[in-house]
Amino acid sequence: MKTKITVALTGLNNTDNPGPGVPVIRGIRESDFFETRIIGLAYENLEPGIYMDGMVDKTYQVPYPSEGSDILVSRILEIHKKDPIDVLIPNFDAELYAFMRSENLLEEAGIKTFLPTLEQFEERHKTNLPDFGEKYDLTVPFSKPITRIDEIEKLKDEFDYPVMVKGKFYDAYLAYNKEQVRMNYNKISAKWGLPVIIQEFIKGTEVNVVALGDGKGNTIGAVPMRKQYITDKGKAWSGITLDDPKLLEMTHQIIRAMKWRGGMELELVKSHKNELYIIEINPRIPAWVYLAVGAGQNMPEALVKLALGLEVKPFDDYQVGKMFIRYSYDLITDLKEFEKLSTLGEL
Amino acid sequence: MRIKKNIALSDTGFVFNPTTGDSYTINQVGQEILGFFSENKSLEEITPLMTTTYDIDPPSFEKYFFDFVSMLRQFELLDEENEN
Repeated sequence: MKTKITVALTGLNNTDNPGPGVPVIRGIRESDFFETRIIGLAYENLEPGIYMDGMVDKTYQVPYPSEGSDILVSRILEIHKKDPIDVLIPNFDAELYAFMRSENLLEEAGIKTFLPTLEQFEERHKTNLPDFGEKYDLTVPFSKPITRIDEIEKLKDEFDYPVMVKGKFYDAYLAYNKEQVRMNYNKISAKWGLPVIIQEFIKGTEVNVVALGDGKGNTIGAVPMRKQYITDKGKAWSGITLDDPKLLEMTHQIIRAMKWRGGMELELVKSHKNELYIIEINPRIPAWVYLAVGAGQNMPEALVKLALGLEVKPFDDYQVGKMFIRYSYDLITDLKEFEKLSTLGEL
Repeated sequence: MRIKKNIALSDTGFVFNPTTGDSYTINQVGQEILGFFSENKSLEEITPLMTTTYDIDPPSFEKYFFDFVSMLRQFELLDEENEN
């Protein structure tokens, strides 16, 4: 008999820049162990995951973390009072801080999470990547956070163009000159705030790894993937699982050294000399996690088990050459649904 | 000359490199040459086999052969670490 639980999660924005919510739900729904009621937590009332068949059982609107961590967590506790939550899975970088800080408060209320510690979160932050590389003996591109537009002029002393211009949470643009850096600096800082990170551009093939750490240094799962088709937002529209022992060893090394707790995504570039550069470490499950589920590692289910304190044996295999291909689909829904969510804050 | 052990080669000529995720299609002649590689045949052994099967002289074949090999090398399909 399956164990009945309720999981609440964010990231229902299954758009051309998708959040991980829907693929995480698909993984949990496929569990042989859990019978799960899914509560969707939506920031916007047009997030497709709210309206997709068979995904969420109930949706609540929640305030953006930018309105204040306490306001967001209060809303979660308010939802929990009338619709009890067993496990909460935040799926956005920008909201993680609020939930990590409130982990004990949530735990006392009976809501389990399985998140990195604040120290782990900060350590792998884009702005701290050079120190991170040095500490763990990993190759990372040279990067520098900037907070003033007049710093752009001086970049030529430290960087060769082109450079990557990155937001602290999301967005990355390639810039070939200072004018393009300035344009992207303005665009990114208006959306995500400061600092903006300038990073050395490494030419090569982008590869990614989705992984799960148990917080004790063990890697519960890890699946490497290469993007085969990339959208203009830099997101994978299709990808394929790889057999690359070097990539997996690096993942194990990072999780072991950091004692990483929770889901993570490593973004790397393999240079033409076959050197691996870590470009980013995202502190959560990525939107392409369903490829790992399809390849034999149901990481969303394993994450829920870890959150509930259940024993999880590490995955020891996955299928190489498994592919995913995203698609778009026009979902038809009734105005009544939209109206209910917009006016009552729940659906 | 040898193709890396983990390279998947199907009967239809589809080649998949699981380390890089790249895939290629090779024609029948290419498949035949890769077949000779798996039998550990040298260029000296392959050339007469190909020039008797196809209407091509040895110097022309060798030119195309080396082009093909350099392409395999560029795509990181050759097992050069274990070359004798």
